[in-house]
Amino acid sequence: MAKDTKTKSTTDFKKEAHKEEMKQQVVTFALMIIFTIAAFALVVSDVIDRYFIIPIILLLALVQVIFQLYYFMHMKNKGHEMPALMIYGGISVAVMTILTFTTIIWW
Amino acid sequence: MSNEDVLNPKRMPHEPEKATLEGKNKFLGFWFFLGGETVLFASLFGTYLALNDSTAGGPSADELFGLELVFIMTMLLLTSSLTSVYAIYHMKNNDLGKMLVWLGVTVALGFAFLGCEIYEFYHYIHGEHFTFRSSAFGSAFYTLVGFHGGHVLFGLLWILSLIIRNAKRGINLYNAPKFYVASLYWHFIDVVWVFIFTVVYLMGKVG
Amino acid sequence: MSTAVAQKKGFGAFLWDYLTTVDHKKIAHLYLVSGGLFFLLGGLEAMIIRIQLMKPDNEFISAGLYNEMLTMHGTTMIFLAAMPLIFALMNAVVPLQIGARDVAFPFLNSLGFWLFLAGGVILNCSWFMGGAPDAGWTAYAPLSTTSPGHGVDFYVIGLQIAGAGTLIGGINFLVTIVNMRAPGMSYMRMPLFTWAVFVTSTLILFAFPALTVGLFLMMFDRMFGSAFFDVNAGGNVIIWEHLFWIFGHPEVYILILPLFGAFSDIFSTFSKKRLFGYSAMVFATVLIGFLGFMVWAHHMFTTGMGPVANSIFAVTTMAIAVPTGIKIFNWLFTMWGGAIRMTTAMLWSIAFIPTFTIGGMTGVMLASAAADYQYHDTYFVVAHFHYVIVGGVVFGIFASLHYWWPKMFGKVLNEKLGKLTFWPFFIGFHLTFFIQHFLGLMGMPRRYWKFLEGQGLETGNMISSIGAFFMAFGTIVFLINVVYTAVKEEKAPADPYDGRTLEWSIPSPPPFYNFKQTPLVRGLDPLWVEKSEGKKGMTPAEPLGDIHMPNSSILPFVMSLGLFIAGFGFIYQVDNIAWLSLVFIGMGITLGCMLIRSVKDDLGYHVHKEDLEEEGGH
Repeated sequence: MAKDTKTKSTTDFKKEAHKEEMKQQVVTFALMIIFTIAAFALVVSDVIDRYFIIPIILLLALVQVIFQLYYFMHMKNKGHEMPALMIYGGISVAVMTILTFTTIIWW
Repeated sequence: MSNEDVLNPKRMPHEPEKATLEGKNKFLGFWFFLGGETVLFASLFGTYLALNDSTAGGPSADELFGLELVFIMTMLLLTSSLTSVYAIYHMKNNDLGKMLVWLGVTVALGFAFLGCEIYEFYHYIHGEHFTFRSSAFGSAFYTLVGFHGGHVLFGLLWILSLIIRNAKRGINLYNAPKFYVASLYWHFIDVVWVFIFTVVYLMGKVG
Repeated sequence: MSTAVAQKKGFGAFLWDYLTTVDHKKIAHLYLVSGGLFFLLGGLEAMIIRIQLMKPDNEFISAGLYNEMLTMHGTTMIFLAAMPLIFALMNAVVPLQIGARDVAFPFLNSLGFWLFLAGGVILNCSWFMGGAPDAGWTAYAPLSTTSPGHGVDFYVIGLQIAGAGTLIGGINFLVTIVNMRAPGMSYMRMPLFTWAVFVTSTLILFAFPALTVGLFLMMFDRMFGSAFFDVNAGGNVIIWEHLFWIFGHPEVYILILPLFGAFSDIFSTFSKKRLFGYSAMVFATVLIGFLGFMVWAHHMFTTGMGPVANSIFAVTTMAIAVPTGIKIFNWLFTMWGGAIRMTTAMLWSIAFIPTFTIGGMTGVMLASAAADYQYHDTYFVVAHFHYVIVGGVVFGIFASLHYWWPKMFGKVLNEKLGKLTFWPFFIGFHLTFFIQHFLGLMGMPRRYWKFLEGQGLETGNMISSIGAFFMAFGTIVFLINVVYTAVKEEKAPADPYDGRTLEWSIPSPPPFYNFKQTPLVRGLDPLWVEKSEGKKGMTPAEPLGDIHMPNSSILPFVMSLGLFIAGFGFIYQVDNIAWLSLVFIGMGITLGCMLIRSVKDDLGYHVHKEDLEEEGGH
């Protein structure tokens, strides 16, 4: 940081980088809206069998969450190794918990 | 780094939220906290999934839920997630005014969401006589969705207090991590909602 | 501000200093004192249980009181004694071992302690307010949801508040270890204790939320009329069992892993050898932590989960024996060929190995799901978990306290009294619990108030109770030792044991900023690396400069007080709605403090270079 001369060009470069990231985030947002509409439409239209709808909407939710984590919460950026480790740790315990509560609690 | 530099930095670094050790600690600690929150909500989701058929003769998910309101609520919360991204974008460009505007929009959308949720609960309780106590399904539903709603409320009050506290002074290395962490929290609320509308409402409708 | 200065200023200032402290070393003292008091309380409850079971058909205490005793013994020992004592060690040692001046979140560190204390006090208030919880420390529904009176309410609220404190502490140590290590202290150069604390904190992070949810569900059922565990309204009592054990099994690894780490450091120091198989030890620690999340249902083999689930959990449970075995052998190989010094700390550590191995062996026996139908809820289980928890955790806490006492209080505990603590406790422990394996196999069920004559259980129970008195004697000698050492012993040097890790490179007790200059770490066992090159201390990684320190604050105490008040409101609003006012007052205090904390700038202060230079060498 001490070496950083911070001339106008580097500031511009960073602003440019922020802008580039912002563009990605807007695209992400558009995709999330589309996925949400798709999930609602699938359920409302009732054209596919329910055994297909459930995995599809769960998949759509999963993709949305990955977008949130990686783009909105910047997990794709550098310096997020430890956050990623702990989020994935939390997700594995979460998956096991939910698996348990949908399988081995008697009924 | 002296206290003076933290409050009035001569130049703002590229990532003001992680420029100080305190900022780095906050950033990491909050992410870890979200890892724990994942398990917390998973336990609530698990409980809900185990009990969502236990209606004890009361209304079932399919009869109860309408998707119009849920769709509006989803759009509100999703959009608020994007507006908080805008706020952080302007924070990184050291533009206080624009950041506050976008945070204000985020808060407004959040309150709209919360209003819808309160309306929904009111409707279930007085219109459908479906309460927290009427069945295990009722308990699980209100607990899961209510926990999320509680998180929304807490987030709104948090962001509001940050806005009010820092409205008159610029972005600095002391408050930048606070804004950043609050936005992470807000995104996480949205992550949970994505699963709520999918698992509770959409899957409830599919049956 | 050193302790000596505080004492000169009188008791009021001393008290205020501890109420507001954010110094990890003082928070360690707070954890140690309160955890120690709860340990004595839990021990007293254990003695009452053993006196009741001394002879057949005894009427020493009533059946209801017996239920309260056994519930409070378990709950106190796990949540209010073992956890805080471990947090005392973590606070006292981890920042020093990684070369840090404080933890990552000093304010939260203090908050974590006061929340724990508030929860512990609430739980024990139940004794004076109409009866303690009486549904066992596992509080299975529907026994707990239908238990009359307020006993279980105290359990729910007390553990909820204490659990929040623990979660905060866990996150704090995770960030401390990730972010605050001295230059050169890579992950694979961290002492095993720090590694163990890292894994433990991860377990806390992922396990405690499940307990939080479980306690909320029970709170809603008992206090607000929800139906989670009410079968009439479609509820399901097994949900509690799962949530409790998803938390509860990682919890036992949360208890034992830090002490595995401490034993590793002790074996290495007193064998004058570097730890055998360091990377295997790290790997085993992580693996135990990982497997710890996949075995919880072995507590529920007889619940009726079906053969498939039982088999899966039986196999994962047995798998844990592998990394644990790796550890046992590595400790043995560390001692092998070393220059062993039989100090008290070493004595406790050596005694731990066979004791814990017996506990592990009965653990594998219990893991066989088919055989477990025979052992379940008998004294065999009681014997098993006391072999691992007392033989592992309590032995470990005693070993660590003897080892790190000079670092915490500036004096080495008296060795003669130390050995007089060890032998009665060690002999008493095996007298108490070894025989219980056989009592269990003979069919004596756990948690029963009485046993009858003529069933062959008299001798075993008598021996068991006699052993308990030996353990009590050992504990009392330890207390005497603490006082004796404080009065009579001389001040300890910085490095009384020819130690290997960073904490021994600074004075005992350390100054409040720990390291005047952040040390440069050049290998595993950093102090030993320097010593072996003929240097006296660590090479500094930075020139002498201003040191940034956090400000003290009373807010954590007030926040916890708010939750304490609100807790009573929640418990009693069932009787009279007016009690809800306490909830609002209490929560108002807590949330108000959070707001103050959020809006008031708290940047800490700097210790100036000139002042540091004035203090001279060390």
